Amino acid sequence: MTTVARRAGSTTRASSTSDGVGSPGGRRRPPAWWGLTPFALYVLAFLVLPCLLALGTGFVDGDGRFTFDGIAVLGEPGVLRAFGSSALVSGVTAVVGAVVGAVACWGLTALRPDGLVRGLVDSAASVLAQFGGVMLAFAFTATIGIQGVVTQLLLTRFGVDIFADGVWFYQVPGLLLPYIYFQVPLMVITFMPAVTGLRPQWQEAVATLGGTRRQHFARVVVPVLAPAFVGSLLLLFANAFSSYATAAAIISQGAQIVPLQIRAALVSETVLGRENVAGALALGMVVVMVVLMSLYSLLQRRTERWQR
Amino acid sequence: MTASSATARRVALGLIGLVFAVPIAAMVAFSLRSADGSGHDLNHWLAIVDPENERAYRNLVEGVTNSLVLAVVAAVLVLVLLVPAMVLVHLRYPRLARPLELVCLVPITVPAIVLVVGLAPVYSVVSRVAGSGAWTLALAYGITVLPYAYRAVQSDLAGTDLRTLTEAARTLGAGWPRIAARVVVPTLRRGLLAAAFITVAVVLGEFTIASLLNRVTLQTALVQVSRSDPYAAVIFALLALAFAFVLLVAIGRVGTRGPGSSVISPAPLRKARP
Repeated sequence: MTTVARRAGSTTRASSTSDGVGSPGGRRRPPAWWGLTPFALYVLAFLVLPCLLALGTGFVDGDGRFTFDGIAVLGEPGVLRAFGSSALVSGVTAVVGAVVGAVACWGLTALRPDGLVRGLVDSAASVLAQFGGVMLAFAFTATIGIQGVVTQLLLTRFGVDIFADGVWFYQVPGLLLPYIYFQVPLMVITFMPAVTGLRPQWQEAVATLGGTRRQHFARVVVPVLAPAFVGSLLLLFANAFSSYATAAAIISQGAQIVPLQIRAALVSETVLGRENVAGALALGMVVVMVVLMSLYSLLQRRTERWQR
Repeated sequence: MTASSATARRVALGLIGLVFAVPIAAMVAFSLRSADGSGHDLNHWLAIVDPENERAYRNLVEGVTNSLVLAVVAAVLVLVLLVPAMVLVHLRYPRLARPLELVCLVPITVPAIVLVVGLAPVYSVVSRVAGSGAWTLALAYGITVLPYAYRAVQSDLAGTDLRTLTEAARTLGAGWPRIAARVVVPTLRRGLLAAAFITVAVVLGEFTIASLLNRVTLQTALVQVSRSDPYAAVIFALLALAFAFVLLVAIGRVGTRGPGSSVISPAPLRKARP
């Protein structure tokens, strides 16, 4: 900041003629936008360039020529299956996460918003939703893995073998519970502002007009919260769709979902003619993410109407 | 709200809380298992601090050290690159506020697993220029934390009248360096602190990029250790989760300025637009 500001200050006089960018109002300030260049360069090098490289490599063959062959990978049965599995895992965990999370939000309204418990719940929610990753995989391995505490407890005390039909924990079904475990907290974080935006006065208004509590719920609460709920559902889907760490820690072999396909493609990068598979997969993934996030921000705009 | 409804809400919350406590409790129980599997003792915890096992955990120690270095470097990057840009845009180029927000939220739409595909070639250049030191990974982490750090600082920027304060300081004859040190930083200290803490939490939990670029960090070392010694991995995971929780509680204490300014919400902060 200081060097930037100093540079801006020292060029005050010299730049008064050449300054036209960003200040058409005729201010005689120096081109302070110079101060934005370090950040701009950094973003270009480590965000824009990697994005272009990731999405571009799918269109380039081994000799650097433009081709659509790489993208054809997205039509292979194995890749399509991975996208299907990813969508299924994301869909199931997003729906369960959204419903349980919405109930949790309703429960949280019983607590004082500035109270200690609310603060702790919020912190725990963000730890589990956003920084768990590998640690959550361990938590569930310790719970329902082969040697897990709950697995062994059920087996020795109740004679119930949860893996009687095969060990599903280290496969795609094993992702469901850990994913739900981080989806519910994410729902709490994203949906709670909408729930706290409900005004008690609206219920009083309904009561004054002779309405029942059920009518208040069906005619006021549901319509007001619907955009936020659907938006959060999309965000949860996107979150599960793009999450890698938990899956990578649980499933060490194979590439059953899209992020693991990218892992396999990156690790086996040396295989001739397969250099651009990771790029094609990344492109497919970004297309899904962009659609989801665009819908999300559309719904978010509707949601905010009630949060002023 | 009636009393019965309040009770129902508390019961629902309690039930969900109980279910969510199961995996954490299972981790604790798992880490307390005795070697023969029959009972519970503290042996696995003692093994962590036993100097005899130093070699076995060397990788883990290296990972923890690297992650701490990365956390500090990434936090410095955020404070040195992102914060000045945000302050400048807030003070001088309000019309760039929306583009800046969009740029900072891109890492939500482009997840780490996609970014790493493009980062691999970038890092082959970085390691030629800057060496292959562990800290270089922080350059990528500075990007992954953008959405979080942006929100932390933006919620503070929106809640203060920094423009008036800096104009007052200039009227009184202060230069920009002095304004930065005596006005901007003190005014935004909550946001800066929250941004730094959230950066540390994100970096300590990051696995995707580190793992696919073959770096040794806390998370990649944990996965490696878990193959040979799942107990040690679970203990370290518990400690890391606890540490992240403490960081987030600290952010909750310092980082917010009233309701609606949650640092951790992934929702765009439209309300905070100037």
